[in-house]
Amino acid sequence: MASVSLKNVRKNYGAADIIKGVDIEIADGEFCVFVGPSGCGKSTLLRMIAGLEDISGGTLSIGDRVVNDLPPKDRSIAMVFQSYAIFPHMTVRENLAFGLTIANAPKAEKDAKVAEAARILQMEHLLERRPSQLSGGQRQRVAIGRAIVRKPGVFLFDEPLSNLDAALRVDMRMELAKLHADLKATMVYVTHDQVEAMTLADKIVVLNAGIVQQVGTPLELYHRPANKFVAGFIGSPKMNFLEVTVEAVDGGSMRLSGPALQGLTLPASDNRAGDKLTLGVRPHDLTAMNDGPLSGTVILVEHLGNETLVSLSLTNGQGIIVALDGDTNCHVGQTLTLGFPPNKVHLFNEGGTRVIV
Amino acid sequence: MASKFTRSNATGWMMAGPAAALMALFIVLPFIFAIGFSFTNQRLISPNPTQFVGLSNYSQLLGVGLLVLEPEKDEAGSVLRTDDGSLTYPALRGFTRNNPDYPQFDGMREWFSLSLGENRIYVLARDVVFIKAIVNTVIFVMVVAPLQGGLALVLALLINQKLRGINFFRAVYFMPVVVSIVVVSLLWRFIYDGQSGLLNNLLGALTFGAFPRIDWLGNPNTALGAIIAMSIWQAVGFHMVIWLSGLQTISPSLYEAAAIEGASPWQTFRYVTWPGLRNTAVLVLIVITMQAFALFAQIDVMTSGGPLDSTQTIVFQAVERGYGKQDISGGSTISVILFVFVLAISLLQRWLTREKK
Repeated sequence: MASVSLKNVRKNYGAADIIKGVDIEIADGEFCVFVGPSGCGKSTLLRMIAGLEDISGGTLSIGDRVVNDLPPKDRSIAMVFQSYAIFPHMTVRENLAFGLTIANAPKAEKDAKVAEAARILQMEHLLERRPSQLSGGQRQRVAIGRAIVRKPGVFLFDEPLSNLDAALRVDMRMELAKLHADLKATMVYVTHDQVEAMTLADKIVVLNAGIVQQVGTPLELYHRPANKFVAGFIGSPKMNFLEVTVEAVDGGSMRLSGPALQGLTLPASDNRAGDKLTLGVRPHDLTAMNDGPLSGTVILVEHLGNETLVSLSLTNGQGIIVALDGDTNCHVGQTLTLGFPPNKVHLFNEGGTRVIV
Repeated sequence: MASKFTRSNATGWMMAGPAAALMALFIVLPFIFAIGFSFTNQRLISPNPTQFVGLSNYSQLLGVGLLVLEPEKDEAGSVLRTDDGSLTYPALRGFTRNNPDYPQFDGMREWFSLSLGENRIYVLARDVVFIKAIVNTVIFVMVVAPLQGGLALVLALLINQKLRGINFFRAVYFMPVVVSIVVVSLLWRFIYDGQSGLLNNLLGALTFGAFPRIDWLGNPNTALGAIIAMSIWQAVGFHMVIWLSGLQTISPSLYEAAAIEGASPWQTFRYVTWPGLRNTAVLVLIVITMQAFALFAQIDVMTSGGPLDSTQTIVFQAVERGYGKQDISGGSTISVILFVFVLAISLLQRWLTREKK
């Protein structure tokens, strides 16, 4: 078991900066998820922790050791790849024992460690098979098994569920959560899927363009996104954003209005009249309300059973999404008036940073 | 809906027709003719009618015999010796020319002989030149196949890297393949020249004149070796490209997985690269073997089978007999023997390199 600490870690290929100074502290036993859109540098960062990519600047420590210049095998890590990366010509048993084989471990030790990993992952019956005879989920289990056999201080996962179909992904997600609870190991997990991030993580690191946008627990990120990017990235469907202007600040409250917003009074921030802000409100916080500040025409209704997603075109033509009750009766062309509790509103300034209300 | 081409057989045959007819005319038909001619006494131009001669062409080419001669003795039974003490043996001619007691040796000549105790063992062949051609060809194949295949693999591993200017090296190694083998052979005749050849000058310069000048192609001990070295150099680039294509089908994540497990470069090759190249290895070995058995152009240009038949080869003999001596049946027989040889070896190689279950 080990903690991981990144201090001002950088990566550049020639003139191209990929990771632009990242500070992350991952505690011992924590499940930390790096999430972000493709190309944000999350996989590169993970591969830098693994030792598969050089570190251009900064300090990377695993446990108490600075490991910037150590080869992967000496970093006390194990990695699970999106493509499984299990050796096609070896049986499952040989795959699990690979690290021990090349370290010339005695047969008894190999057998014991393989048996334990197989027991943890419940795949004793697969040990003599070859990867070509396994399903995608079973292959990924072999890859995880190979990581377990290494008894690493830190497990690294690079989008391990992306190649699986949707149903299997949910199953494997739960198994990973259980595995983390059983092993109590430090895990660093990269995904572009915010549902995986929310369900698995103790701590989420949101990355965009090589910069950490926010670090926090899933609910912190959901309820108090630090900026507009995090607000839009975490939560499904996406948060709705509306352009607003501060009309007047009066003691403890301020009055906002915008092209699609009739007028709204919120507790005052340190903004002044005339400031341009972005107001964010989640689809699930919107409700049909006769005297609400928003109104628009229904253009699409999606019945999901447990909820109904309604797309509306507001009076200025902007589209928003509302998540309403599962049995909502609503049809295209209908006009809806919407409201939301003032404490569920997120405000961002012109730079995209959260405005404290 | 099926397209017109898959529904209409006639259209398909018309499309394939020209190519199929040409292949039948120039590949299939000559192949069948060769087998047929090998059982006759067909000549290129002859006033006499062709006759069926059964297997006599084959026994003429492949006939070998073993003759053990005891040393000559006097009437008392003691061994006769010459003045310098060496043993004397009856003349070989007495057994191979019109000796009614040894009809099986009639017309044979000495291939090679060796002493065993006081006895002298003669290995006789009905067609010594052809037997030498077979031996030379087999030596050529046995040396070229592993050396060329191995060297090509080493080159492929070297150029399968992301380095600046690596394409330059790829082009350089591939260049000899593009040049006609006849041109290459002509050029190498200068390199191997006995007086002022490049090789002699180079060896002389490296050893400050200590290395004696050798007529590489004029010496029976070095001629075949010289042709082997040149042949390996000429075609190694071709097989390098085949290896390279095999290397690039191996997933990079397998190498990363091996790196994380701590595999040394040799272990990475042993457990990741080589198993991933199994099918490529079979292909390369079979192609090299077949090309090596067809050795002709180098011989024709550089040595014409000499000196002292030390570079005779099967295909060179086939051409020389079929066209040089206008003995079509002899040439055909050699072609059939070569075909059986290559087929047998290819099947053996496939069996040896099969994937073991």
